[in-house]
Amino acid sequence: MLSYIGKRLLQLIPVLLGMVFIVFMMVRAIPGNPAQVILGQQASPEAIAAMNARLGLDQPWFIQFFKYLGGILQGNLGESMRTRLPVADEIWPHLAATMELAFFAMIIAIIVGVNAGIVSAWFQNSWFDYIAMILALVGVSMPIFWLGLLGQWAFAIEFSWLPTAGREQVRDPVHAITNLYIIDTIIQGRFDQLYQVLRHLILPGIALATIPMAIIARMTRSSMLEVMRSDYIRTARAKGQKMFWVVYKHAFKNAVIPVLTIIGLQMGMLLGGAILTETIFAWPGIGRYIYDAINFRDYPVIQSAILVVAFIFVMINLIVDLLYSLIDSRIKYD
Amino acid sequence: MNKKRMWSAALLLLLVLSTVLAACGGEGSSGSTKDTLVFGRGGDSTSLDPSRVTEGETFKVTVNLYETLLNFGKEDTTIQPGLAKEWNTDDGLTYTFKLQEGVKFHDGTDFNAEAVVKNFERWANGDADKFPYYKSMFGGFKDDEEHVIESVTADGDHTVIIKLKRAQAPFLKNIAMSMFAIASPTAFEKGDDQFERNPVGTGPFKFVNWKPNESITIEKFDEYWQKGLPKLDKVIFRSYPDNSARLNALIAGEIDLADGINPADGEKIEGNADLQLIERPSMNVGYLGLTVTRPPFDKKEVRQAMNYAIDKKTIIESFFEGRANSAKNPMPPSISGYNDDIEEYEYNPEKAKELLAKAGYPDGFEMELWAMPVPRPYMPDGAKVAEVIQSNLAEIGVKAKIVSFEWPTYLDKASKGEADAFMLGWTGDNGDADNFLYVLLDEDNIGSNNYTYFKNDEMHKLFIDAQTEVDEDKRIELYKKAQEIIHEEAPWVPIAHSTPLLAASKDLTGFVPHPTGSDLLSNVEFK
Repeated sequence: MLSYIGKRLLQLIPVLLGMVFIVFMMVRAIPGNPAQVILGQQASPEAIAAMNARLGLDQPWFIQFFKYLGGILQGNLGESMRTRLPVADEIWPHLAATMELAFFAMIIAIIVGVNAGIVSAWFQNSWFDYIAMILALVGVSMPIFWLGLLGQWAFAIEFSWLPTAGREQVRDPVHAITNLYIIDTIIQGRFDQLYQVLRHLILPGIALATIPMAIIARMTRSSMLEVMRSDYIRTARAKGQKMFWVVYKHAFKNAVIPVLTIIGLQMGMLLGGAILTETIFAWPGIGRYIYDAINFRDYPVIQSAILVVAFIFVMINLIVDLLYSLIDSRIKYD
Repeated sequence: MNKKRMWSAALLLLLVLSTVLAACGGEGSSGSTKDTLVFGRGGDSTSLDPSRVTEGETFKVTVNLYETLLNFGKEDTTIQPGLAKEWNTDDGLTYTFKLQEGVKFHDGTDFNAEAVVKNFERWANGDADKFPYYKSMFGGFKDDEEHVIESVTADGDHTVIIKLKRAQAPFLKNIAMSMFAIASPTAFEKGDDQFERNPVGTGPFKFVNWKPNESITIEKFDEYWQKGLPKLDKVIFRSYPDNSARLNALIAGEIDLADGINPADGEKIEGNADLQLIERPSMNVGYLGLTVTRPPFDKKEVRQAMNYAIDKKTIIESFFEGRANSAKNPMPPSISGYNDDIEEYEYNPEKAKELLAKAGYPDGFEMELWAMPVPRPYMPDGAKVAEVIQSNLAEIGVKAKIVSFEWPTYLDKASKGEADAFMLGWTGDNGDADNFLYVLLDEDNIGSNNYTYFKNDEMHKLFIDAQTEVDEDKRIELYKKAQEIIHEEAPWVPIAHSTPLLAASKDLTGFVPHPTGSDLLSNVEFK
């Protein structure tokens, strides 16, 4: 097992190197000069030249590339062109905001999606099955910004049950320690703030959960249907076991592998680019951070933030692979 | 799944459900403490050192943290006392400023003539990368030949003398701009990067904290020199990138003031008894630029024909909801030097056709029409306005293909002269005609802000003369003359001077929207 993990981590090096190179070349291929964008419409040509020199953009691309690579190897992700702050310092608060939202959304998606899928498979072709699968289809194809604005309108404005946007009560801001506000408020014993933080998570969390929820439900259903037809399920039922246990214990355990894969992939997606949700709900996350950076042609931020997201994506996949062997003892990594 | 895991899953489900239920039973938007203003806006600031940036979101905050030697008027860009209570000049070369006494910086140090000198020294010793605006407003830095400022010296504690190398007509307006705010020398001596995250000025509010992309909080400065101000205890600037989401937050009572309201939402706000609509005085222009180096726009008749062909009235009624004035000059009427005698090109397709025939295009031609990809105050919906222009042009036989790029690409390509005709606009910085006409249409700015590549020797001479002309009446004459040339040569189809909209909760008073877009909040309170 350990050697497997080691091997996987070693494989990561060429993957990430390739990523760095591709992203590096891609951001430079998009038209638009960062100095011009940073300095704005008012900038003089001299100001732009001076900015280019400071940013090192007047040097050949391969020198820029190796400098950047050298920096990464020393743990230096570069400095934002726009704010002049180290990217490493800037990334964490944004990443933390997205992680909190993504995990919350994923919990909703898994709980609802997995159960809907199981029940749909159990009562295949029942009205529940039909409705759940139609909802799942709608969920996959629903534009998030529309769902988000609708949710704001209904739950925040019409009923005033939930806040419209943001991570915290604006007038009573959370004092950030880890930047994961659930943890921060618990550390400080501010349970009133914790309550507010959870309330702020609900609308964007549901909006973000919609697509993975639908995908998980459909995958669980089809995977379950396959398992339910197998001999050992029939045997278990013939032995007179309660249907609930047959479904949730015997069948689901064997149907869980493809579901887990989907969950892993979706988690990566949520962490990487929840841009629309983050925009509608003014959520200061990594998706918006990258989007803003692209708009400002902030090369170091685009490169490094994408690199960090890619790294997380790969790590999630590794964790999912390791979980396989925990759940299904037939799978061994040697 | 074993029993233990079942239980933990069930527990988790319960937790989530109870949160949802608790939230549903919640008290809704909480009772707001009415000495805090939450100002919702579109984006975060990039820095809190105004001298280092050129972007408007920064100045919205810094105008409340720092003060300048001179101020703009409350609702216009006339020159008013600021940190300097009096000033005078005999020859337009030596300016003497008498400073306010008893003013303190937020860090407790005294504001005095020495502090002003140190601020100017800091800028003059910089470079274009560090202080881009200083360079464009004062011609360069310490050792540059073009640098306008000869010296800045202290005469005692409360007098500053600024000597210029040559007269600069907008000099007083320039030092009233937000970027030339006077900061505490002890703060910026700690280093530029440190300073822009820890701003220290003399303004009515002092800095508290900054959560990137989320909020900036400032609070009342107790030792502020103007007695009784500010009226609020705290202001929180909160970013909501999506216009509709920001309006939703305002309706829900989470914020008290929102800028960047879509013209289309104006009526909705007027119909809401809890809200008020606020109109910002216009200091902008939205236009269709015609790149004069690209045929057929190298012909004056073709450019004039475009002016006759476009139905501005329909555009303004449909997409600005009537909240804009039709434009005939490249700058709004509020700017001194505006030439009201210019006769606007009327909407007249027949005349346009005649001009096209005269220019040798009786059957029209094909062209690309660049549509702005982002909403701006001067152009709320580029794509839709482009469609109207397209159908207007079709009437005179011109086939326009609408193209659009993502914003930085759009600006980059347009500045390289790659567009036939492109939509763009400008919001003024200091309310001076030079900041519109020279910046947008002079040959010196080809490749930066003169996207049409238009040049005219006579007009260039007028602009250069106007820059050193200290006699205001003579200056006005020069700019009026320049507008006649621009009207005749028609490098643009000026479209509109829009009225940017803000909205606030009904009980907010004392808010005066400034044409520059940076609003001083010291008089704001809730009644």
